[in-house]
Amino acid sequence: MECALDAQSLISISLRKIHSSRTQRGGIKLHKNLLVSYVLRNARQLYLSERYAELYRRQQQQQQQQQQQPPHHQHQHLAYAAPGMPASAADFGPLQLGGGGDAEAREPAARAAPQAAAAASPPASPAPASSPGFYRGAYPAPSDFGVHCSSQTTVLDLDTHVVTTVENGYLHQDCCASAHCLCCGQGAPGPGLASAAGCKRKYYPGQEEDDDDEEDAGDLGAEPPGGAPFAPCKRARFEDFCPDSSPDASNISNLISIFGSGFSGLVSRQPDSSEQPPPLNGQLCAKQALASLGAWTRAIVAF
Amino acid sequence: MGEDTDTRKINHSFLRDHSYVTEADIISTVEFNHTGELLATGDKGGRVVIFQREPESKNAPHSQGEYDVYSTFQSHEPEFDYLKSLEIEEKINKIKWLPQQNAAHSLLSTNDKTIKLWKITERDKRPEGYNLKDEEGKLKDLSTVTSLQVPVLKPMDLMVEVSPRRVFANGHTYHINSISVNSDCETYMSADDLRINLWHLAITDRSFNIVDIKPANMEDLTEVITASEFHPHHCNLFVYSSSKGSLRLCDMRAAALCDKHSKLFEEPEDPSNRSFFSEIISSVSDVKFSHSGRYMLTRDYLTVKVWDLNMEARPVETYQVHDYLRSKLCSLYENDCIFDKFECAWNGSDSVIMTGAYNNFFRMFDRNTKRDVTLEASRESSKPRAVLKPRRVCVGGKRRRDDISVDSLDFTKKILHTAWHPAENIIAIAATNNLYIFQDKVNSEMH
Repeated sequence: MECALDAQSLISISLRKIHSSRTQRGGIKLHKNLLVSYVLRNARQLYLSERYAELYRRQQQQQQQQQQQPPHHQHQHLAYAAPGMPASAADFGPLQLGGGGDAEAREPAARAAPQAAAAASPPASPAPASSPGFYRGAYPAPSDFGVHCSSQTTVLDLDTHVVTTVENGYLHQDCCASAHCLCCGQGAPGPGLASAAGCKRKYYPGQEEDDDDEEDAGDLGAEPPGGAPFAPCKRARFEDFCPDSSPDASNISNLISIFGSGFSGLVSRQPDSSEQPPPLNGQLCAKQALASLGAWTRAIVAF
Repeated sequence: MGEDTDTRKINHSFLRDHSYVTEADIISTVEFNHTGELLATGDKGGRVVIFQREPESKNAPHSQGEYDVYSTFQSHEPEFDYLKSLEIEEKINKIKWLPQQNAAHSLLSTNDKTIKLWKITERDKRPEGYNLKDEEGKLKDLSTVTSLQVPVLKPMDLMVEVSPRRVFANGHTYHINSISVNSDCETYMSADDLRINLWHLAITDRSFNIVDIKPANMEDLTEVITASEFHPHHCNLFVYSSSKGSLRLCDMRAAALCDKHSKLFEEPEDPSNRSFFSEIISSVSDVKFSHSGRYMLTRDYLTVKVWDLNMEARPVETYQVHDYLRSKLCSLYENDCIFDKFECAWNGSDSVIMTGAYNNFFRMFDRNTKRDVTLEASRESSKPRAVLKPRRVCVGGKRRRDDISVDSLDFTKKILHTAWHPAENIIAIAATNNLYIFQDKVNSEMH
């Protein structure tokens, strides 16, 4: 009778419970929904900490690889790899952070990207297919040989006008050959959505869309994940590993951001275990995600 | 009020075979009155059934004080809150008897929103010999009346009449989870998720709010009230439990609004047991004062705990009810069983505590001998007047012949509501839609 203690499946189960409690007889049971929200918070904390641990690990790996392999990987687009990149607003060339630079080159790349992104992103206009409340300017990296490309996703929270950048590990379809591939969420806000290959996911057939449409959480955009540049990569990748989960994953991540952690008691209790200090960018984004506005209680009380 | 429409059977009579369970028949609360002569049950359909113990008769020594149906009535009906577009369930959440002050019995019954005071009276005599009316009630032809007579009371078949005397409505925004009558016999309190109100039994249009834990911003909500009870002797003291696993003892003399507790009973969480569901399993589902008033009994998902009023730091005793479920919490979360609210009970002498579990099992813990027993309430396993056989759940390792394995437990058969006779070793067990009453014939007196 064991079930997969997967953080994501727990989140989807919990959301389903909250959703179905709206239609049950007798009205919303405050106690039960409060308990379900605790499970949601715990699962999300685990999920986020796993995600950032993974990102950090991959960063470490890449740094090691760069130290081991002298730069013989020629990247086809050199926009931001070199130090002293132009912080030009119009320069939207793809960003290659994987091979081709040394560890130091990545630092300025990482640091400069937010500036570029901040300058580049028009604050008030969300990309047409982006997740609600966030504007994403993404810089997909071109392919490379067997190297996991990482790109940066810059996120502007329309509510708080905080710009954060997180390094998304994702696998371009051309370098999908690696055995250990990680899916990266495109429709997700800042933290993105990653899960190990072969994870079990429950298909959650579009109920979140109904939730979102009726939610009291402000303007909600469309569900579909990813901006145009990501779509082809993503489809290929997801088909490889989790064929049914693509709408599921993005819906879940959207709802994670929407439901947030509305109870300040929840928010203030940061996870005890900080296994590794995540990279600065990731930390910014984690804090933002955890402290994001709580539509949670509003959602429950508004039913 | 028809008594013959009750389809519930109790274990010392032949039980009909029901192949399905009507949801309305599911018992939702069980309560003995203060003498133990009456036993009230409420169900999801809003009905209350009262059983009465037959006096022990010398003619039939075997039917020593068995319980038979005394009265059945519809206490609550489904309602609709038009303002919020919410249906209000008629399910009886709690029944509490008032101490008997005259020939009539009174009880309070509550659903999610409304509390009602019912008066139960007996009529076993009726007047006969009216001058103007005949036996059927028709007016007599006056020319046939030649003499006057004084009507006399003649015995009749016992008729039990139940009438609603008070309706305490509109006191609660959230769902009422408990009611408790004060030892002063004049007031009682009702608790919902966020507030506790104090009522006077005679006044229905007003109540005092004595606890309010609703935060200014609902987004800051971290805990709710799950149960509450007045102290059995001190009319100023009451306790309420929270979803975080804490108990708060409040003194009404300290302030009108008892938001500040006098004592906070809380056990620090064991960090090695931390899981996704720690908050759920630490939520207290029931709290009961001991008859002595010195201890409190709490039930959370996996344990029952005895607390000493004089010690706030931790319970004095902790009993594992079904610890083998600790590794199954994820599945129990999926099928919603982890939200089941089990009740707990003291025996009359506070030496034994009892609580329900799954698979129609219920557990008893002897506080003195530290022995515990698991029994089953089911028709198959208990013939009338047969002795209940102790059951065992095996968790791996050696398995005895009649053991049940954890994986074959039936989680739809749960015993949430139990009650213990205030003076004798008689227990009432509600198993879904069946009521079982077990008597300890060997040890009739409490020890």
